[in-house]
Amino acid sequence: MADERENIIEEREKKLNDERQKIETFSDFGNIYNFKNDFTYSYKTDAGLTPEIVREISEKKHEPQWMLDFRLKSLDLFYRMKFPTWGPDISELDMDNIVTYVRPNSQMQGKWEDVPEDIKDTFDRLGIPEAEKTSLAGVGAQYDSEVVYHSIQDELVEQGVIYTDFDTALEKYEDVVKAHFMKLVPPSDHKFAALHGAVWSGGSFVYVPAGVDVSIPLQSYFRLNAPGAGQFEHTMIIVEKGAKVHFIEGCSAPKYNVANLHAGCVELFVGDDATLTYSTIENWSKNMYNLNTKRAIVGKNGTINWVTGSFGSHTSCLYPMSILQGEGAHCEFTGVTFAGAGQYLDTGSKVVHNAPHTSSNINSKSISKGGGVSIYRGCVVINPRAEGAKANVSCESLMLDEQSQSDTIPAIVVKNDNIDLGHEASIGRISDEAIFYLMSRGLSEDEARAMLVRGFVEPVSKALPLEYAVEMNNLINLELKGSLK
Amino acid sequence: MSELLRVEGLHVAVEGKEILKGLDITINTGETHVIMGSNGAGKSTLFNAIMGNPKYVVTAGKIFFEGQDITEAPVNERAKAGIFMAFQQPIAVQGISVENFIRNAKSTVSGEQQRIMPFRKKLHKQMEQLRMDRSYAERYVNDGFSGGERKKTEILQMCMLEPKLTMLDEIDSGLDVDAVRIVSETVERYHNETNSILVITHHSEILQNLKPDFVHVLIDGKIVKTGDASLIQVIEANGYDAFRGQA
Repeated sequence: MADERENIIEEREKKLNDERQKIETFSDFGNIYNFKNDFTYSYKTDAGLTPEIVREISEKKHEPQWMLDFRLKSLDLFYRMKFPTWGPDISELDMDNIVTYVRPNSQMQGKWEDVPEDIKDTFDRLGIPEAEKTSLAGVGAQYDSEVVYHSIQDELVEQGVIYTDFDTALEKYEDVVKAHFMKLVPPSDHKFAALHGAVWSGGSFVYVPAGVDVSIPLQSYFRLNAPGAGQFEHTMIIVEKGAKVHFIEGCSAPKYNVANLHAGCVELFVGDDATLTYSTIENWSKNMYNLNTKRAIVGKNGTINWVTGSFGSHTSCLYPMSILQGEGAHCEFTGVTFAGAGQYLDTGSKVVHNAPHTSSNINSKSISKGGGVSIYRGCVVINPRAEGAKANVSCESLMLDEQSQSDTIPAIVVKNDNIDLGHEASIGRISDEAIFYLMSRGLSEDEARAMLVRGFVEPVSKALPLEYAVEMNNLINLELKGSLK
Repeated sequence: MSELLRVEGLHVAVEGKEILKGLDITINTGETHVIMGSNGAGKSTLFNAIMGNPKYVVTAGKIFFEGQDITEAPVNERAKAGIFMAFQQPIAVQGISVENFIRNAKSTVSGEQQRIMPFRKKLHKQMEQLRMDRSYAERYVNDGFSGGERKKTEILQMCMLEPKLTMLDEIDSGLDVDAVRIVSETVERYHNETNSILVITHHSEILQNLKPDFVHVLIDGKIVKTGDASLIQVIEANGYDAFRGQA
């Protein structure tokens, strides 16, 4: 029952809050995500970007020659390409100051006990091992540039499911990786894709054989601890015909005074009749430039579900893209973006309908507060072949005060007459009437606002597994705390 | 019988315009009062002022609840003290289920965290009495509800929150005959010597079940006449014009 879930969420949230309250009371973290470990590492590159640095990274990883060549070619592209002229201002991001590779003080481990104390401590606080015990089929954890822990349930391994860190994948499944690596997002796509091609490190590789239904989610958690560093993880998921999997990524980082950069790349290959759900709860610290590229290609009658909650970062440009390549392929995008003071979050989704009877449904919600800016930027392309395609775009924005900004930039390109297209957008504020109504039932003004915001994002929290719905509600409470009115 | 609510010389302005112009009313525990009056006389304004809606500015006079001056108290403090208003046009709350909403509210006004299962049992029982399908508990508050369903949801909240003072603002408007009967019977079942009911209505049907102890006629921001239930017939026969001279 939907309501049952709602109640459980509420109770867990309360428990979680109590625990976090304790932590916050006894520490000066300010909030749970903001604790920093001492910056220790076994190896890091100098700041900035040169062919020498790229060679160093590749050498440290003992990569095959083709990958080094790929990196150097990408770097060359990066030098030659221009920064995007649209979207948020990223001129403060100085690449000469970003450390592209930081190897943590640990090798990849298959047992949680073997992960070094300080790193383990970080993930413990974020609740990762607990989540693995209760609700996940496999877990990966990346700290700075490398994956420090990976595990997967034995029975999935027996069914041929592969879930591993990307370096291992490159070593053990080189042909598969080579055939797919940056084929969906070529380095020439944009400047930060080129950057990713040059300095990528870490990330996850998932392979689900035909017909296998991975009923419990797999999760990767990305933590960037090093100041002034970049994280460039590569995630590749291949879901074969008729298979099914839910992948979750969580991201966070403590706040430093220097800019950090996240330019990861996610490539998803969804086969015929296959279903992939890709959920993200992103809470990068407020000094992060989150310039991430995510793309999926979907075969005949396959489905890609994107569920995303974007809370963190200083500046985000994030537009997960779905290429509906096979007849009847479907894309569902459900996203929430919450921009607080000093944040400029430019997010949305892109769908390309390339085959008949493909369908897509984009449902975006954004909240801005304290002068934050949240922009929906999306694009739906319906190509001539997409006879009978259906697309629906709905964007709702909620502004919590007068200083905040919200905008909707939905592009729609239609090249076939026989299609069904819907679009609605609304920008609103929390009304005084609504606050009065809730307060007349005993809620304080802050509680009333929090309840209205929670209700606003409910479609997303409903689509998330329980633990993450709790996490998201908690992030909302954190964002709303105190500074309202 | 003790005093529950006392309104003294109340002046209320909405967006700079004075609506209530020195209104007095006292309600004792266990009583049912009805306020009647023409459109725009200030009936809803009185309710909003008692509930504490910030849009309704008290420019003079005082409101006492159980002897405490609540004229300046925030809305939620009044709710916690035991004042409840059934809205004439309750708003929809996206994404929050009826059950969760009321359970949250109940936890807040009672100061006791409501456990899910016992609360749900009680809620379902009340819904049955109101002839509401259980599925409404899982729907978002008032979202896509008809006018009648919204009104029933207001009464459901009253039953669950158990206020000392219930103000019903035209609870019967937009309801069919059966719904009026179900709603008024539910209110009457809830009503006892420990709580009081204050009703705004234009119709006498609802009053057949509610059996008012006092009827007040509100004209141009003041109560001009107070009497027993027999006053209803006088109003129905002659309209409000007969009272205007008494203002």
